[in-house]
Amino acid sequence: MWILLGVIAVLVFWGVALYNRLIGLRNQVLNGWRQIDVQLKRRHDLIPNLVNTVRGAMEFERDTLTQVMEARARAVSAAGPADAARKEGELSQALGRLFAVAENYPALRANDNVKMLQEELTSTENKVGFARQFYNDISTNFNTAQQTFPSNVFASMLGFKPAELFEITDATERQVPSVDLSMRK
Amino acid sequence: MAVFVAFFLFLGYGFDRFYVGDGDFVFPFGTFAALGVGGVSAFSSYYSGDRAVLLSTGAIPIERALGALAAAANSPDASALLVPEDDALKLRQLDNVVEEMSIAAGLPKPKVYIIPDSDPNAFATGRDAEHASIAVTRGLLDTVTREELQGVVAHELSHVRNLDIRLMTVTAAMVGAIALISDWTSRGLWQGSSGGGSRRGRSKDKNGAAIVLLVIWIVAILLAPLVGQMLAMLVSRRREYLADASGAELTRNPLALARALEKIDQAHAPTHSIKRGTAHLCIADPLGKVIGLRQGGVADLLASHPPMANRITALRQMGFLELGHE
Repeated sequence: MWILLGVIAVLVFWGVALYNRLIGLRNQVLNGWRQIDVQLKRRHDLIPNLVNTVRGAMEFERDTLTQVMEARARAVSAAGPADAARKEGELSQALGRLFAVAENYPALRANDNVKMLQEELTSTENKVGFARQFYNDISTNFNTAQQTFPSNVFASMLGFKPAELFEITDATERQVPSVDLSMRK
Repeated sequence: MAVFVAFFLFLGYGFDRFYVGDGDFVFPFGTFAALGVGGVSAFSSYYSGDRAVLLSTGAIPIERALGALAAAANSPDASALLVPEDDALKLRQLDNVVEEMSIAAGLPKPKVYIIPDSDPNAFATGRDAEHASIAVTRGLLDTVTREELQGVVAHELSHVRNLDIRLMTVTAAMVGAIALISDWTSRGLWQGSSGGGSRRGRSKDKNGAAIVLLVIWIVAILLAPLVGQMLAMLVSRRREYLADASGAELTRNPLALARALEKIDQAHAPTHSIKRGTAHLCIADPLGKVIGLRQGGVADLLASHPPMANRITALRQMGFLELGHE
């Protein structure tokens, strides 16, 4: 009789521990998703600064600068996560072209303000990437915690669903961006 | 780590049985006393130790370094502080790299410090992620690229993430406790030969296994300080490998950290700013190549860091540039 009660008590404690652990992981997953937004917003705010700083020196690259500003405007006004993901991808490509073209301007390369802003934008791109990496890592932990035995028997009963990993939905984003460094313009 | 704890418990058991308890096992006053004293000193360093360590190395908070640069740039008298042009950029890069790595690890951003030493090194301190600090020498900033700096910072942040500081504090407490037990025993063995004779006489009446245990225990006591130190350094070396691997997990770029370690190894002179007490927290052994040059078992056993060549090989294996032992 006592043995049975002991076994039931152990099972209850284990169940509570499992539930709490899954709750903690799920909240970390939600936080990780929002952290990506934090970094994307930071990028939106930095871009006009960069464009204004380089505009004077890169007057021949008006097209490239315009593309960056238009891509930013579209990304800011995107509707829904899938749309936002695609527009952010286009913005990343436009910025990549701008960085590559800036290599042609030695005066810009030596300018401290430009170097600082390039560093800020590079860092922001990195932070977006690492935020996505962290989100995928923590989602994998969460999914593994749900799907291993014996947790998988109870996880769906307790109301936990596997989290979706961040992935590229638009196939064009997987292509290597083309960079044209010729001086034609 | 388990071996370490077992060794300590064996010493404490023997101490309490043979020394305190006249041959019978009693409540382990001795073990608790030693652990208490060792623990107090170690855990007081746990709570305020990071400030002490940072002060002892002369670390400057990065905000102050950036502010000094800005002030020097704005003032007309630029000869006071001959700063290189890209110094502000490098400090900004360091700050950004630390923030990037803390995003990748999902931890709060630690405080960043610069140590004005030309030898490349870095260390992390702080009892948990909320109270962590990372310090980097100026020599490191001048030597490595941004990618490699990311690898080094990821290694240091992994020490914080894996709670290595807490582990090394517990280890230090046990090393201290082992030294205390050994000290108390050796005093007693010399002083108490007359009293001990009667003690030993009484326990001779008991079974022979107790005698054997006593002999083994005495040998252990004599070797205890050395063995304790060796075990502590073994723990430290394993955690260094773990920090390398965790850092590679954060950056997904083990080869960058391997290149950084190569550069640090080549440039490495003793880092005078970092004193012996904090040696185990750094990325490279700051006590200089003295131990590293002395090949052989003893030198390897007492080193707080694994040999650099082994670390680099392990990282290159992670990057599939070398064959593993699978």
